[in-house]
Amino acid sequence: MLNIKNLHAAVEDKTILKGLNLEIKPGEVHAIMGPNGAGKSTLGNVLAGREGYERTNGEVLFNEKDIFEMDPEERAAEGMFLAFQYPVEIPGVSNLEFLKASLDAIRKYNNQPELDAVSFMKMARETCKAVNLDQSFLKRGVNEGFSGGEKKRNEIMQMMLLQPKLCILDETDSGLDIDALQVVAKGVNDLRDSNRSFVVVTHYQRLLDYIVPDYVHVLADGKIVKSGGKELAHELEDKGYGWLDNNEVA
Amino acid sequence: MSTTHNYIQESIELSEALENNSPTAWLSDFRKMQRIKLEGATVPTRTTEHFKYNNLTALNQGGLAKFPESPAVSAELPSLVSSLEGDTIVLIDGRFDSSSSKISGSHLVAFHEANEDQQKTIKDALSRQNFAKNIFNRVNAGLTHSGWLVEFNKSVDYRPLHIVHITTQAAVDSVINEQLIVKLNSMAEATVIEHFVSDNNIKSGKTISHQSAHFDIGDAANLQHYRLHLEHSAHIHFGQCTFWLNRDSQLNSFHLATGGIIKRIDLDVIHQSNGSHAEINGVYLAADKQQVDYHTNVEHRTPHCTTQEVFRGLIGGEAKAVFNGRIHIYPDAQKTLAELSNKNLLLSNKAEIDTKPELEIYADDVRCAHGATISQMDSTAMFYLTSRGIPKEKAKLMLSFGFVNELINNINNDAIVDYLQPLLTQFFKQTVTE
Repeated sequence: MLNIKNLHAAVEDKTILKGLNLEIKPGEVHAIMGPNGAGKSTLGNVLAGREGYERTNGEVLFNEKDIFEMDPEERAAEGMFLAFQYPVEIPGVSNLEFLKASLDAIRKYNNQPELDAVSFMKMARETCKAVNLDQSFLKRGVNEGFSGGEKKRNEIMQMMLLQPKLCILDETDSGLDIDALQVVAKGVNDLRDSNRSFVVVTHYQRLLDYIVPDYVHVLADGKIVKSGGKELAHELEDKGYGWLDNNEVA
Repeated sequence: MSTTHNYIQESIELSEALENNSPTAWLSDFRKMQRIKLEGATVPTRTTEHFKYNNLTALNQGGLAKFPESPAVSAELPSLVSSLEGDTIVLIDGRFDSSSSKISGSHLVAFHEANEDQQKTIKDALSRQNFAKNIFNRVNAGLTHSGWLVEFNKSVDYRPLHIVHITTQAAVDSVINEQLIVKLNSMAEATVIEHFVSDNNIKSGKTISHQSAHFDIGDAANLQHYRLHLEHSAHIHFGQCTFWLNRDSQLNSFHLATGGIIKRIDLDVIHQSNGSHAEINGVYLAADKQQVDYHTNVEHRTPHCTTQEVFRGLIGGEAKAVFNGRIHIYPDAQKTLAELSNKNLLLSNKAEIDTKPELEIYADDVRCAHGATISQMDSTAMFYLTSRGIPKEKAKLMLSFGFVNELINNINNDAIVDYLQPLLTQFFKQTVTE
């Protein structure tokens, strides 16, 4: 599904990722944890193709295709989805219009017919309900005036609607109360299947109680310094990231 | 001496010629007064404060100050005429077209049919306007030969009044002068739509149109006003809208303009009695090498009045837009609440906007806020949309539309929204993808 080899990346000439390796197979859930400034968000942004996040070395293959040959919209159409840490507010563009435009674009790219308005509306309403958002959110401007939790639920709603192959959740748990966290986790768990993979980037182990990962990786100073099963998350929570400095493994 | 033609002096000659054969001889003194005041005047240049950012060289062509020789007898009507329920006055090249107009009621009077009282109302309104800022306002006054007086009374359920100004090929290289005087007596309610378009069959050439509108909004009266400028890009327009707000009156005014060779619109809103409220929204769109300029001036002369003003502009190509928003709060105008916001989105590196908010506050117990921003396409929003699979061109289109859509969606007249949406889509498609 996703194969990252020796990835180096820089933001404004500052190298953040310094040789990251990661392989994700279909159906797997990988959690990436790490202290502030380790490069967690950079990873998500580089993968999704954000301007200003530059790959300086290494390669990333997504379904055998070089992602750096593709624009952000092509990566999305190929099935990559980044749930933003800070979803963007776009007044004047309704959520509904936004969802329709992205679904239409992705279906077109994959040679599927455009969904008719009635089926689309039905689908939009159902997903809205699934993430516990009132239908009125569909008509509002994209994320406009949404609370932190509503924005994150809106991200999950988009994910459910677009049915991507690879979902990257960039600190989706930050700023969420426990109820919203459960809604988000349920959305993710409902989407889990043998063909869909997840990269869950988080600071805290808490989210991983709800989204149970197959693998946990620790990212520090631009590299993965330790990998393990889900129990690694608990170990980190107990001992803190400082523990890694004393027991440098990588 | 240069051989540049002087449009202003040519206009004086045209005004003199009007006196030979005018159906509005009772305006002759008024016109003469304007001619005297215009004596020796020239077209403003960049050293003229209120025209600092305008390029008026197109007026130097000469021979433009003449009325259309044989005005067109028919023209294609904009679709809003059929979709909007109401009274319609159709003016083709400035001439009233009775066959396509629909008017009911005696509240609509053409200048040449005005009785003595009405003539007085007209003269009063024409004389009261602000001539100091914009010389073209006086040019239009000097050329006043036709226009409409509309009077609304309380307790009458008027249909919206739609005034359509259509310019055709027959008016190319000539000038059109129009006046509109609207009086809302106390507690009257009315909707007025001023709508300016060009006939689709215009191939080339420019027409100059001048139009001044005067709105006297009586005590506790309520005016819903729209002014839509959608002429073709070779058009030249000088417009003036003056709103006099009386006690507890309400004005809601929406403006939209696409660019032209020159398009300059001045809005004056005068709160002259306590408790009035004005809401003014506007959108301007300029592409290619077009110009568009809104000069707004809100005067708070009395206490307890409020103004909310929002203008947004989208400028692409090598176009140039000017926005000058003045709010003047007089010493007596305590408890004023006035807000002005102007946001601009530049769609290309060569597009230009000159925006200038001007606050003059002479009272101490007021709330007044203003802000002007100029931005380019927000890269974070672009990334958000493209990361969801939306192609860049489409994303740009959505964002530029979104930028003005808030104002369009606030229009509480579905027929107008439905009419404007496809026109805007068309504009954005051309401008954003150029």
